[in-house]
Amino acid sequence: MCLAVPMKLVEKTGEFTGKVDSGGIKRDVSLMMLPHAQVGDYVIIHAGFGIEVLDPEEARIRLDLFRELAEATAHLEEI
Amino acid sequence: MTDTDQIRTAQTLARQIRELCDSADRTLRFMEVCGTHTMAIAEAGLKSLLPANLELVSGPGCPVCVTEKIFIDHALAIGTEHDACLVTFGDLVRVPGSSGSLATCRSEGGRVRVVYSPLDAIDIALSEAPRPTVFLGVGFETTIPTVAGTLKTALARGIENLFVLCAFKTIHPPLKILAAKKDLDGFLLPGHVSAVVGLQCYSYLPADFGKCGVVAGFEPLDILLGLRELARMAVSNSPGIGNEYARVVRGPGNPAARELMGEVFDAADASWRGLGRIPGSGLRLRAAYSRFDAATHLPVEVPAAEDDPRCLCAAILTGSKTPDKCGLFGRQCTPDDPVGPCMVSSEGTCAAYYKYGDQRRSSNG
Repeated sequence: MCLAVPMKLVEKTGEFTGKVDSGGIKRDVSLMMLPHAQVGDYVIIHAGFGIEVLDPEEARIRLDLFRELAEATAHLEEI
Repeated sequence: MTDTDQIRTAQTLARQIRELCDSADRTLRFMEVCGTHTMAIAEAGLKSLLPANLELVSGPGCPVCVTEKIFIDHALAIGTEHDACLVTFGDLVRVPGSSGSLATCRSEGGRVRVVYSPLDAIDIALSEAPRPTVFLGVGFETTIPTVAGTLKTALARGIENLFVLCAFKTIHPPLKILAAKKDLDGFLLPGHVSAVVGLQCYSYLPADFGKCGVVAGFEPLDILLGLRELARMAVSNSPGIGNEYARVVRGPGNPAARELMGEVFDAADASWRGLGRIPGSGLRLRAAYSRFDAATHLPVEVPAAEDDPRCLCAAILTGSKTPDKCGLFGRQCTPDDPVGPCMVSSEGTCAAYYKYGDQRRSSNG
């Protein structure tokens, strides 16, 4: 039930409201919990509300780590 | 990342977890607290990658599963006796009450509306006015601020026929009870609840109970990273609080969300299926928002509800039993005709077992 997905904030429509883009479809979300969200941010959406802003730097670090871990196993398949 | 990269990463992480567990002189037992984790673990078949001496049990973090039967009875009674429109998240619709569910109520002509966001309840209340519109308030700290935000909006807009039937639950009180259990070494902590509550608030796990806790995201690789960190802490006997979901979860959590929650709700005792009554583990509306309280303003008599004594949901929710130990599982209790909430909820442990099988048994003999 605590499912939440990242979507890109494409427009701020009011003090606490915005539009996010989800695969080309725009939907309205509440930004009551994210007063500092900026257009261009990826926001984590749960039940029509943004609950947090995704940190792109942390996301990049994580991806780099996964790639590194993938390398560690890649050589085993060639044996 | 390509699929091949993901598989390779998973294999590396699984190997590292195995190596850590090899150095343990006992079985490590971790609990995934959150129902969304339970489903993600089952869907990806992660248990088949884990070593025999790492056990992963499900916890009480599926809001539908821990909601008592009497809540459904209460909601249905309000719907009938006050001619109210019941507004709910989809997860609750098929949960059986003492006689019927929200789904059967709807099929018999009752007004039941399923929403994606609690904000939708405002539009429904406007279209149903003056008929009372009751939002069924179930959920943890991820969901609670969204309901708080909805009520704040409704108050500002002067919506008079909107109510909430509160059965919200908060994570820390039950987690403290579970942390005291000797057979659990650590907790895979929920990702999105933690986005709201933060990390520091879990410090009692290592400090008071010597248990480790790691917040993880919901991708299979996120979960494996979380388990690797839990295994590392447990094996090295250095319990702490880890964060493997740093792209979303920060130390202080989301203060604006907690402020919203605190403005509208106050702590109260709550009853949990499986855990019983836990002081301070629920919420009630504060005085300024008491006009939205369905229990007060739409009074009904609700007789005590008995759970089917054969149903093991209570033991399953505390990690004491697995679904295959339940005599009803897969026979009298299936997703199409569920007896207990762990089978009804799409995130319930029994539903996950039914859909994806007992992956440990097939892999570890």
